[in-house]
Amino acid sequence: MKRALRRVLPQIVTLAILMALTSVFFPQFLAVDYQGGRLSGPVVDVLKRGAPVALLAVGMTLVIATRGIDLSVGTVMAITGAAGAWAIASGWGVGPALLLALATGLVCGLWNGCLVAIIGIQPIVATLILMTSGRGIAQLITEGRILTFNDPAFSWLGSGSLAAVPVPIFIWVLTAIAFAALMRRTALGLLVEAIGINRSASALAGINAKVLLIAVYMASGLCAALAGIIATADIRGADANNAGLWLELDAILAVVIGGNSLLGGRFSIAASVLGAMIIQTIDTGILLSGFPSEYNLVIKAGLVLTVLVVQSPNMARHWFLLRRRAQRLREPAPVEGSAPR
Amino acid sequence: MSVNPRLYPLLATIGIFIAAYIVCWLQFPYMLSTRVAGNLLTDNAYLGIVAVGMTLVILSGGIDLSVGSVIAFSGVFIAVVLRETGLHPLIVFAMLLSITTAFGAAMGGIIHGLAMPPFIVTLAGMFLARGASYMLTIDSVPISDPFYEALKDAYWLMPGKGRLTFIGILMLLSVAVGALIAHRTRFGASVFAIGGGEHTARLMGVRVGPVTVGIYAFSGFMAGLSGIVFSIYTGSGYPLATVGAELTAIAAVVIGGTLLTGGAGYMVGTLFGVLTMGLIQTYIVFDGSLSSWWAKIVIGVLLLLFILLQRGLLRVTALRA
Repeated sequence: MKRALRRVLPQIVTLAILMALTSVFFPQFLAVDYQGGRLSGPVVDVLKRGAPVALLAVGMTLVIATRGIDLSVGTVMAITGAAGAWAIASGWGVGPALLLALATGLVCGLWNGCLVAIIGIQPIVATLILMTSGRGIAQLITEGRILTFNDPAFSWLGSGSLAAVPVPIFIWVLTAIAFAALMRRTALGLLVEAIGINRSASALAGINAKVLLIAVYMASGLCAALAGIIATADIRGADANNAGLWLELDAILAVVIGGNSLLGGRFSIAASVLGAMIIQTIDTGILLSGFPSEYNLVIKAGLVLTVLVVQSPNMARHWFLLRRRAQRLREPAPVEGSAPR
Repeated sequence: MSVNPRLYPLLATIGIFIAAYIVCWLQFPYMLSTRVAGNLLTDNAYLGIVAVGMTLVILSGGIDLSVGSVIAFSGVFIAVVLRETGLHPLIVFAMLLSITTAFGAAMGGIIHGLAMPPFIVTLAGMFLARGASYMLTIDSVPISDPFYEALKDAYWLMPGKGRLTFIGILMLLSVAVGALIAHRTRFGASVFAIGGGEHTARLMGVRVGPVTVGIYAFSGFMAGLSGIVFSIYTGSGYPLATVGAELTAIAAVVIGGTLLTGGAGYMVGTLFGVLTMGLIQTYIVFDGSLSSWWAKIVIGVLLLLFILLQRGLLRVTALRA
């Protein structure tokens, strides 16, 4: 428990600093209202609006832990949203529509996983295929229109609330907990990390890398489907052009801010989700503080650079050398000639 | 007579382009006019130029996600500077190209110095360039400069009344220069060596650091040039322009037969990759009844085909060796 906390400490500190900064410019930032049976306020808003990126980040963390990357998640959001909206609009009812959307996400993940694990295409390229063609597929489903629907039960998933808390918050928190439990309470997480560190070695050690890789991409597809459902339910319509547009980059950013290495290996879902919240706090915070939203991207870029510098394997070596040099300065120099060279 | 297996993807690219053109021509005989050919070059000039830079980056096994934002930044920078000052456009071009080249070089330096994946470094560069263009302006700024009008209207009338525009010629020149750099210089050989394996390249005596900086500086320069061309083409600077152009450029490079793992490919292939994608758009315009989303799907299918072809070739050559 202590170790887990220490792992996410930098993210929590960053988040706290950002929230404090926003509070300086917008004092009501931390205020939470209870009105009409639901909580409202900037913090609740951050938690709710961050839901799609947080969900994508959960799946993306697993993919990145296997040394892969999934560029298609934003597009998969559009496809699954379109599929769900289409099912609702043609009178399937909520249950089957949700199932269809989730199944669509799984199929997209299966496609990516097969390209990566069986055919052996680089993850960036393999998922680029679905990324470029996927919006076309989504537009094919919606026939180029914004497919609107009116179904209270479905839109409840996007804009409703349960026990005064907006439903999207429940969905992403539960998903993150479920995946974290699945990974850490079983050996799965360890196996995923093993694949990321050295795929052929892990295969030799008896891990079924192929199946596990496919499963990881399917998990990413499933998370993207959940995000797509939320996005679609929120606006009560499927917008094939704009749903999830460029969210894959935000999701990757969230994972990187979460301190997970793009080179695979050890991962932390909690840190990634915190990373997503950091991104959303910047977005909302800049708006509330009255800064022009133009600064948003520059701040994100600065944040990424900082994380990169801290994470870099080369920097670790520099730090080590610096510390050793400082130590040498403090300690008396060894007598010339006696030190073994 | 045996053909070098490395040439297969290039030949496939050119073959598919010619076959596609013939299909288009059978359906719409007018496709085979110099007018269509001229427009194909003009409309895809900016993409072709940026794809040349991207080809070099991908040949080295890297990736540059920042180029789309850099193109938008270039347009906005030119438009704003021309509006605010009375400088001659050529001076502004020189300023811009030095900025984008330095920007690319800085990214290359970070990639090498921090030993971080190019993907995430250039992603930060993408945010930075897009954010910088937002900070200059959030509106579309028109460019009204007599020199610009002259550049826009400069063309060579081909037989058949097709117009080979200045920017079209510039793209063909960039491809030629890119091909020279990639295939005929020491720098180009180093790029291929790094793409084949960085560790091996280092053991061979390639100075990986300076070459990496040079690669991304070249890509930044090409993105700046592409931004200039794009601003001539649209006559304005708009911070939201060319979102996602980097992915289109990557797709063009892959369709052009360059191996995404680096180390193998031809600059000329990229030209045909760009033209093939342009041809799909032109076909959809000619047809009139097809929806624009088919372009995306067809490009996706082409991407898949080429990647599968490359995997197959790799397997064949591995079996032979």
